Amino acid sequence: MLRLIARRLALGVLVALTVMTLAFLLTRLSGDLAVSIAGPQATQADVEIIRKAYGLDRPLYVQFFAWTGRAMVGDFGQSYFFKDSVANLIQKRLPITLTLGLVGLSLALLISLPLGILAALRENTWIDRGVTLFTMVGQAVPSFWLALILMIVLGLQLGILPISGTGTWQHFVMPGIVLAFTAIPALTRLTRSGMIEAMASDYIRTARAKGLSRARIIFKHALRNAAIPVVSIAAVQLGFMLGGSIVIETVFALHGVGYLGWESIAKNDFPVVQAVVLVLAVFYIGLTLLADILNALLDPRLRTG
Amino acid sequence: MSEPIAIQAPQPSSIGSSRIGAAGFAIGIAIVAIVLAAALVGNALVPQDPFTQDLGNRLKPPFWMEGTQPGHWLGTDQLGRDYLARLVYGARISLLIGIMTVITSGLIGITLGVLGGFFGGRVDDFVLFAITTRLSIPVVLVALAVVGLMGSGLGLVVATLGLLLWDRFAVVARATTMQVRNHDYVSAAWCAGASMPHILIKEILPNIASHLAVVATLEMALAILLEAALSFLGLGVPPPLPSWGLMIAEGKDYMFFSPWVIMIPGVALAVLVLGINLVGDGLRNLLGAERLR
Amino acid sequence: MSALLDVEELQVTFGRTAAVRGASFRVERGETHCLVGESGCGKSVTALAVMSLLARGGQRSAKRMRFAGTDLTSLSDREMARLRGNRMAMIFQEPMTSLNPAFTIGSQMAEVMTRHKGGSRAAALDRAAELMGRVGITAPGMRLGQFPHQLSGGLRQRVMIAMALMCDPELLIADEPTTALDVTVQAQILRLLANLKRELGLSILLITHDLGIVARVADHVSVMYAGEVVERAPTAELFRAPQHPYTRGLLSCVPVPGRVQRDRPLGSIPGVVPAIGPGFAGCAFRSRCAHADETCARAIPRRQAGDAHDYLCRLEPDWAELQPA
Repeated sequence: MLRLIARRLALGVLVALTVMTLAFLLTRLSGDLAVSIAGPQATQADVEIIRKAYGLDRPLYVQFFAWTGRAMVGDFGQSYFFKDSVANLIQKRLPITLTLGLVGLSLALLISLPLGILAALRENTWIDRGVTLFTMVGQAVPSFWLALILMIVLGLQLGILPISGTGTWQHFVMPGIVLAFTAIPALTRLTRSGMIEAMASDYIRTARAKGLSRARIIFKHALRNAAIPVVSIAAVQLGFMLGGSIVIETVFALHGVGYLGWESIAKNDFPVVQAVVLVLAVFYIGLTLLADILNALLDPRLRTG
Repeated sequence: MSEPIAIQAPQPSSIGSSRIGAAGFAIGIAIVAIVLAAALVGNALVPQDPFTQDLGNRLKPPFWMEGTQPGHWLGTDQLGRDYLARLVYGARISLLIGIMTVITSGLIGITLGVLGGFFGGRVDDFVLFAITTRLSIPVVLVALAVVGLMGSGLGLVVATLGLLLWDRFAVVARATTMQVRNHDYVSAAWCAGASMPHILIKEILPNIASHLAVVATLEMALAILLEAALSFLGLGVPPPLPSWGLMIAEGKDYMFFSPWVIMIPGVALAVLVLGINLVGDGLRNLLGAERLR
Repeated sequence: MSALLDVEELQVTFGRTAAVRGASFRVERGETHCLVGESGCGKSVTALAVMSLLARGGQRSAKRMRFAGTDLTSLSDREMARLRGNRMAMIFQEPMTSLNPAFTIGSQMAEVMTRHKGGSRAAALDRAAELMGRVGITAPGMRLGQFPHQLSGGLRQRVMIAMALMCDPELLIADEPTTALDVTVQAQILRLLANLKRELGLSILLITHDLGIVARVADHVSVMYAGEVVERAPTAELFRAPQHPYTRGLLSCVPVPGRVQRDRPLGSIPGVVPAIGPGFAGCAFRSRCAHADETCARAIPRRQAGDAHDYLCRLEPDWAELQPA
């Protein structure tokens, strides 16, 4: 168990370093950074000044090691646009994205677990088909479009939720719903197939032969086994949700890390772009590690001998 | 070494009974066929031009609403352009991006997956590492950054998505190659002195192709949704090309008073993606039946 | 005194397929009753039908199905659940997969007791430990805290047996309990079942395809073929004077020391069990029977061949003297 975690951790660090390199190269894709920063109106002299000021006149590998070296200790440099350190910016925005992610995941689990269980217990009935249809439609609806529809219905027509912004907890409800929707189809299908498999298993027949109540058979014996992959995958899903929050944060003008990423891309603010890519990747790596640990903890076959 | 949870190949989950599944398959094929037909010949059939502006006829509603303009079945957009003509043109963009992305990402992912699955050992370690790394990169953000830095354009969007969406191809190609590798006919070809490329292309690929076809539908749907999201955020297909995502973005400012401007392209997008997913599910069911035989 | 379990004309269908077609048998108190037959003859389905554990889509009906005087057909699901694991218990063929991998042995055993008899979990665990000792598991205290995957197949089947005994049931249904186990472990489990029957006064309905097991443990035998009980008899009598051609065929397939001559090939029954569709009439064995004639397609009488010995065939008792097997 500990060896497994250690190995996964080593892999994660290696992956993070690779992503770091890629993030660095990504911002050099456009060719001359100094020209992009200076903007279209700048003169040749302005560009030269910027190039010197940001150290872009040094060879690429020097820039790279300078950046990684500082990034290792949490120093991502200064934002070109926000007049603040990148680390500060991210620190301010991260709680919003994490809140959104957790709200989204909780909502997703609250909806997909009961739906998946229900569909499995009513396999091949109209309820099951309805749930399947719901997941297929859910997979097909673009999240940003769903966001707009919710704005029209909940924000304008019913007027019960604010349309955009970051001020209060209500501002997290609509984005949370939309984010949840991106995970619900996968989690529902996983719950459903897990429950169907569990309910058809020999140990459920044993539980019935023991005369246990139906509720105990479903919620203790079957669900416990079906939940093992669901819980693990949910952690991975949260990683994807954080990465995907950029679209939703932008639509709702929710000032989280995703929105920061979008703003800095629009403003050619490269240090911020690099850092946001890296931070989101590190969160994903951490969450997959968590998924593996959860999986091992929940499944006694992995935990013991 | 057991694979991390995040990498394990997704379990195929079939939908309902085979009868319903077959109906879904047929509906999916019908949807894709209709959109494909619209993309190929639609603009020849629609009399209006998707790019001609008519500022006197802005935001006219579609035929089922009051105040509709004859000749504009689905109304007009904020610049008075015919919405039906733009919608049909947009189908071309969505399908083009979907297909091109699948070809690009398929080439990358299948190559990596087959090599990793066939050779195992160090090669496989590298492939697993590449997949893990790819999965940890936030797709939308990086795609946005690339397009934002290099300027928007159809080709760039395809290249970016192709370079980012190969992970599932690699995961499935790797897992299925591992299964096929140990079959007798592969050993037989090996013993008969077949060359390595011959075995990979003639023995392995045909036997994992059906699984990859399912992945291709999933990735195509995903690519279409991602293109729409990028275009919606203003960093995908450049205007005045009528990408469905861009149409939604342009209509966003008018959606509270003229909701159809976002409803029509949004529904089109959802229906196309649903159709592709239904085809994928149908393929998967066929595959499941094949495996039982 | 009436039989503990009395089943008369049990029918089980899955859609259009008839899995059990009018099976009748009786399990007396304190005896081991064997249901024997080839795989697919409906013996497991019969046991599951008695326990109301049929898979979804299974329909059951019976002229009579009484357990200790209670009419099982009239019980609701809830009432039936109260009986299962309490007064009638069942163990299965697959010890490797019959225990829930996510819970400890102790918790899976204890919940039977707390469900049916109430009381504390601690008391239930004490009872579990006691029963584990009784079924020959050493160090029960340690085993209670272990998970199923940490136990061998033989050990898991012992756990299943101990779990079935938690509430002192009157009837234990054992569906091929030793088939998945090594031969040596098989013998231990059979001996254990025989001991439990004697010491606890337990009645056992044992389902098996193995006539060797029947000979060793059964008091009474019901031979099943294609969903019917074709012959019922006390064990000794069945082996001494089998009547139904199918029973004779089965017995000729098994080497019995002293009865089978050396250097002579063992018998075999040609063909396989036929699929029985709706509207099937007559003897289901006739397509494989060397003595079949046109009357076998009509209704078949149940003939008496002794006090507790009857069979379903057109042939008179002791027809075999007419013709060597």
